[in-house]
Amino acid sequence: MSAAIGLPRMRWRPRLGRGMLIGALLVGFVAIVALAAPVLTPFDPLRSNVRLRLHAPDAAHWFGTDHLGRDVASRVMAGARLSMLIGLCTALATGLCGTAIGAAAGFVRALDNPLMRLMDALMAFPAILLAIAISATLGASVGNVIIALTVATTPHTARIVRASVLVIRELDYVEAARALGMREARVLVRHVLPNALGPLIVRLTYVFATAILAEAALSFIGVGPPPPAPTFGNIIAGGRDFMGEAPWVTLFPGLAVIVSVLGLNLLGDGLRDWLDPRMKS
Amino acid sequence: MLPFLVRRLASMVVILALVSLLSFAIIALVPGDPASAFADAGATPAQMERLRHELGLDRPLAEQMAEWYWRVLHGDLGQSILLRRSVTQAIVERLPVTLSLAALAWACAIAGGVLAGTAAAAWHTRWPDQAVMVTALLGLSIPEFWLGLMLILLFAVRWGWFPTGGFVPLDQDPLGWLRSVALPAGALAVTQMGFVARMTRATMLDVLRQDFMRTATAKGLGRRTVLLRHGLANALVPILTVAGIVAGALLGGTVVIEQVFSIPGVGRLVIGGILSRDYPVIQGGLLFVGTVYLVINLVVDILYAAADPRIRLG
Repeated sequence: MSAAIGLPRMRWRPRLGRGMLIGALLVGFVAIVALAAPVLTPFDPLRSNVRLRLHAPDAAHWFGTDHLGRDVASRVMAGARLSMLIGLCTALATGLCGTAIGAAAGFVRALDNPLMRLMDALMAFPAILLAIAISATLGASVGNVIIALTVATTPHTARIVRASVLVIRELDYVEAARALGMREARVLVRHVLPNALGPLIVRLTYVFATAILAEAALSFIGVGPPPPAPTFGNIIAGGRDFMGEAPWVTLFPGLAVIVSVLGLNLLGDGLRDWLDPRMKS
Repeated sequence: MLPFLVRRLASMVVILALVSLLSFAIIALVPGDPASAFADAGATPAQMERLRHELGLDRPLAEQMAEWYWRVLHGDLGQSILLRRSVTQAIVERLPVTLSLAALAWACAIAGGVLAGTAAAAWHTRWPDQAVMVTALLGLSIPEFWLGLMLILLFAVRWGWFPTGGFVPLDQDPLGWLRSVALPAGALAVTQMGFVARMTRATMLDVLRQDFMRTATAKGLGRRTVLLRHGLANALVPILTVAGIVAGALLGGTVVIEQVFSIPGVGRLVIGGILSRDYPVIQGGLLFVGTVYLVINLVVDILYAAADPRIRLG
């Protein structure tokens, strides 16, 4: 049996490695653009120039200009900065909340049922609808978008952490740590959580990707960071009414979303296969 | 089967009560006075007071909550502030619109995804596999609403094959309906198809490794029979779960895509409510969507248990 599966797997391995490499390159590229945006942008992403309204892409304006004459390429770069920031903060906040809730549910039996039923209830709402409702209710701003997305992505993350903790807390080395007289909290932090990190990191990579997609949708609907803030969703929404005459305003920020999300998804898939070879597809 | 059903229903009732509580509690997130959102619209203090009374904000929280639960149990989601009518009625009216759109997207996503995923598993590691996997990953990385805009740009604005938006009811004009939902359903299906294809492929690869697959080949069955009758048939139960997940995901997908294509469905109603701070619509809409999601999961679990005895006895 093992020989029969072993062969194709051996052939498959380098390709998966390549996927992860491409993912890392894409994410790295977007991250560099995001970090260097203030220096890189050829024009002020917020300055309008009425004489240059809806100008087609050329050597000066690579992605053209929008209906206010703002340079789309500069806005997309600044948008990468804001969208990556929102994605990263959401992933970190989700990691913290998901770990806290998942670990509490998996480690303290009395908390398991109430916490997980609450997570189930939160998961009954489509993540995007929940995020839209929370963001709109709190008031549109970068911080509130991060809060909304964190609430929407935490339940699934908590469930993943809990599942890992449930398995790990029964393992021999955890028993050994207890037998040595280690306190429960220390067992959790020193022995259980570090070993639950793998699936969590994979999940957070996907959360990062989801957050970028969701932020674009939120801004597009009008409950994200308010315009003229250059987020991917805001640029797309701004170009919507001029799509026939100036498709570039909508096209390029969308491609930027795809590049960022595709990179993160490839990275997540690669990490998953690397951390758990049994999951290798 | 009966003990399983009882257990499953009991847990659903608990979660439903929590979903209802969360839907109600969204109003508590509003900074300051929820009624003040309407003050900008030039409401007089007397009107604001009446609004507060209508929303029940002048009563203790416990009383508000008790009333909310009492009404919900009677199928009454309250009165919309802006539409000046019953939220339940407004949702029920728009339900066929969203349902017909989601059903089409669902069918396309499942059919296309299962087909692509099976092909990928059948030609594992060869070019059809790689083509499907790359396309699927790309599909998962495209924002649905942006894909919708691009489809409008190409097929509606440039070539004029489809309307740029709007909706024709199915029972009035089936062909017009198909034309009006083809693009939004397509945008929704592409993303979900990527997910279905990946899951189908993974499941099929697991099944193809089983001993009975080798037996089927060894006893001389043709490749197609082995793959479809023995392979896909055994992969169908996990794919059932995937079909349920897709149905749930489409609940969220239609919310945004209805906005792009100006389709007067439940999603547009709820987003409209959210943007205009029409709290009864937000609360009722959230509760409704959450309930539909739980019911979909319930149906999937029951079907799953019916197909696999290990689940209902476990």
